[in-house]
Amino acid sequence: MNQTDNRLTSEIVSDTEITMHRTFAAPRELVFRAFSEPELVAKWWGQRSAETIVETYDFRPGGAWRMIQRNPDGQEYAFRGSFLEIEPPSRIVQTFEFEPMPGHISTDAMTLTEVDGGTRVTIDSTFMSKEDLDGMLQSGMEAGANESYDRLEELLATLV
Amino acid sequence: MVKTERQLDLIFAALADPTRRAILARLAQGEATVMELAEPFAMSLPAVSKHLKVLERSGLISRGRDAQWRPCRLEPAPLEEARSWIDMHRTIWEASFSRLDDLLLELQSGNGIQADRAANIESDGKEPNDEPNR
Repeated sequence: MNQTDNRLTSEIVSDTEITMHRTFAAPRELVFRAFSEPELVAKWWGQRSAETIVETYDFRPGGAWRMIQRNPDGQEYAFRGSFLEIEPPSRIVQTFEFEPMPGHISTDAMTLTEVDGGTRVTIDSTFMSKEDLDGMLQSGMEAGANESYDRLEELLATLV
Repeated sequence: MVKTERQLDLIFAALADPTRRAILARLAQGEATVMELAEPFAMSLPAVSKHLKVLERSGLISRGRDAQWRPCRLEPAPLEEARSWIDMHRTIWEASFSRLDDLLLELQSGNGIQADRAANIESDGKEPNDEPNR
């Protein structure tokens, strides 16, 4: 089981695209269940220090999700989105919004791949405004999505 | 520094274009005039000016007051704002995945809920909850 990389790695694919990888020492069906069943989602989604309340989790294409993170001091932050694509047990595409900053969305495409010793989960996140997302859904994802923009990474590095 | 929602929209829109990203990368090295910025692109000055207007509106760059010269310079604060949103998103997934790791181990050890239903658990010849029907 040493092949599994326990850390999340991420890379900036473009200015608005980030890919994250993580390998889990578990069979793919089980990982998919952890993403698809709200009782399981409540046990892992969000910050460890906060309580996660799964308010809505309509796991089907077009279905909505809403989760609340309640900090020990009682403060609550809600996240929401909807499921765009579901292909058990290998692919889930969903949107992600942070309610305190409404209007900004990422589409998170999760790919579950069987690898030696477990399951590799890749999240391809694309960040955009609502208008952009609407446009993308109409035109189909294309045009420049695969371009690589090391420049921005460099640029951001200079700003740290 | 709190930016309005609208401003963040402008930032994401401004960053959506490769020419504008290249302009920002150039400005990260220091301020430049429109002429200097136009040079690497096969593009007319008015076309470059149009990109600069978009960048200026988003707050990503500022321009000098001198009407003729008007050098452009990068304003890092709005970029930081866009990045903070992205960081928040990443932090959530990072934290979640570390917990998911624990949950998956728990489920597989049989202590978790419905672990027996996990279809793909490598069986060593016997299925714990799958007694033959009698």
